[in-house]
Amino acid sequence: MTTETQAGARVIFERPALLTDLSTHYCPGCGHGVVHRLIAEVLGDLGLGPRTIAVAPVGCAVFAYDYIGVDFVEAPHGRAPAVATGIRRVRPDAFVLTYQGDGDLAAIGTAEIIHAAGRGELLTAVFVNNGIYGMTGGQMAPTTLLGQRSTSSPGGREAAFHGYPIPMTEMLAIMPGVAYAARGSVADAPAIGRTKQYLRRACEVQLEGRGFAIVEVISNCPVGWGMTPTESMERLRDVVAKEYRPGVIVDRTKEA
Amino acid sequence: MTTATIPPTSLHHGHRVLMKGNEAMAEAAIRAGCDAYFGYPITPQAELLEWMARRMPEEGRPFVQAESELGAINMALGAASTGARVLVSSSSPGISLMAEAMSYMAGSEIPVVLVNVMRAGPGLGGIGPSQADYFQATKGHGHGGYKVPVLAPSSIGEAMALMADAFELAEKYRTPVFILADGTLGQAMEPVELQFRTPPRLASEWALTGADGRPPRVVKSMHLEPEDLEAHNLHLEAKFAEIAAREVRWAGEQLEGAELVIVAYGTAARVARTAIARARAEGLPAGLFRPITLWPFPSAALAEVAARARGVLVVELSAGQMVEDVRLAIEGRRPVAFEGRSGGMIPTPGEVVDALRRLSAATADATGPATEARP
Repeated sequence: MTTETQAGARVIFERPALLTDLSTHYCPGCGHGVVHRLIAEVLGDLGLGPRTIAVAPVGCAVFAYDYIGVDFVEAPHGRAPAVATGIRRVRPDAFVLTYQGDGDLAAIGTAEIIHAAGRGELLTAVFVNNGIYGMTGGQMAPTTLLGQRSTSSPGGREAAFHGYPIPMTEMLAIMPGVAYAARGSVADAPAIGRTKQYLRRACEVQLEGRGFAIVEVISNCPVGWGMTPTESMERLRDVVAKEYRPGVIVDRTKEA
Repeated sequence: MTTATIPPTSLHHGHRVLMKGNEAMAEAAIRAGCDAYFGYPITPQAELLEWMARRMPEEGRPFVQAESELGAINMALGAASTGARVLVSSSSPGISLMAEAMSYMAGSEIPVVLVNVMRAGPGLGGIGPSQADYFQATKGHGHGGYKVPVLAPSSIGEAMALMADAFELAEKYRTPVFILADGTLGQAMEPVELQFRTPPRLASEWALTGADGRPPRVVKSMHLEPEDLEAHNLHLEAKFAEIAAREVRWAGEQLEGAELVIVAYGTAARVARTAIARARAEGLPAGLFRPITLWPFPSAALAEVAARARGVLVVELSAGQMVEDVRLAIEGRRPVAFEGRSGGMIPTPGEVVDALRRLSAATADATGPATEARP
């Protein structure tokens, strides 16, 4: 991509080459666009665009294939890790990436993600956790916080009635097949910067053949949460990040 | 449990060997160029998975025992989306779990071959042989309205030959293909003359290989705009119509002068063959019409054959499913009787001969073979 500049001006911000020139369908303030951009940046930085085969989920992010300019296959709801396993096994030279939301990965696709991680498949999984089913209108997800209202927990999530939120990434991190697990956030610029580092490392782990890598990204859903974009980002930073704490959860590539 | 005692290196094209159906189908797939196999244990197809567990690594090809049938079929979806030649196998309850991904693959036009070694149902049912998944295989299987070719072998040798044909059909039409076997075919051993064939690979303009020097490709089934989805569905329907026009297969036995025609496939056709020999010995002129493609169903050919007969008897290992397609094909022009057992029971040749006798008596007033359709 070329950018015309005035004499003496310096380009400091460009659309990543792997991010297509389309306006997204995401609601104003949604975090998916940020995560898409980070993926496009990291794949571009590592030169992985021509090698990547990515798997799109069911949910708002099914349209990731319209925005990230790599080969994509659409998986049935929750099955992205199994679909990616099939790709991985027949295409050893491909870079394989999955993108799933919390309904997709933590509810209907629990078996697929646990077993892909258990097998130590050489995959990079991106798990966007906004604690709600966005596309279907804001129902409770396995990751919905206690007390959080949704259209299917109208009085707020109660442990005795709805059960507890499921900490998927911590659960996955205990398995030896998982080489790298981290949790990022899109709450503010510093968090986004760290999330990009996690994503880059999760890609490198696959390239190094170290094992399964996952980056959970806690994100917002202003419409599903019934908030303005600004309010939702404040909640993400002040409430959600206290329950789902960002940071590297396991890095077995550093172990002896 | 696998009975594998034959070293695969001794399985040469043209040799005559004694092989178990599940293992024969597995080896036929390998020789047909199957690039990857994904499965999950279930009786009565487990030997197919076990054969692949041993043989695919020997060939340097991927084998994965998945966490479930959902896992297996979706691994197949992923692998096949890259243009790989992929086999999945299961039995009835597992096939139900695979319906979701089969619908996605039909919609996304991903070629894959799925073997169903049918067992008796409904539910967990039993592990005896059955043909009770005919409706499931031929009438859509998953949601949303689609068709996939369904190939029904009647012997182990035919099952081996159909494996290569199934891959070829899958790739030619970019579609999932069913091989509908039953527990008897999977578990029985019989002498087979080994006929291996590797279909040629087609150039792919759609498979996911990485967008290296070309625009990115997307393999998907979602089209949110009704106009777009209707256009896609019309494209699929045109493909189904082409398959229906070109790929119908059936076999006839002793149909010359047959006044009573048995329609049966798979193991039921084996029983029918014995029954026909006995019936002919007592003067009942019976013949066999054996569909090999259950979809597309050989309706036109059957209508022609039936028009020359007095009556038709459908024999199935179920309470009667294909009989509906037979009646649709014959459109009331001839009586259609049914003889079947379910739950893992197999009709005996004696029961089928009795049914032929009843059909013969009921149609005795017909003055010999008709040459035209009656009103």
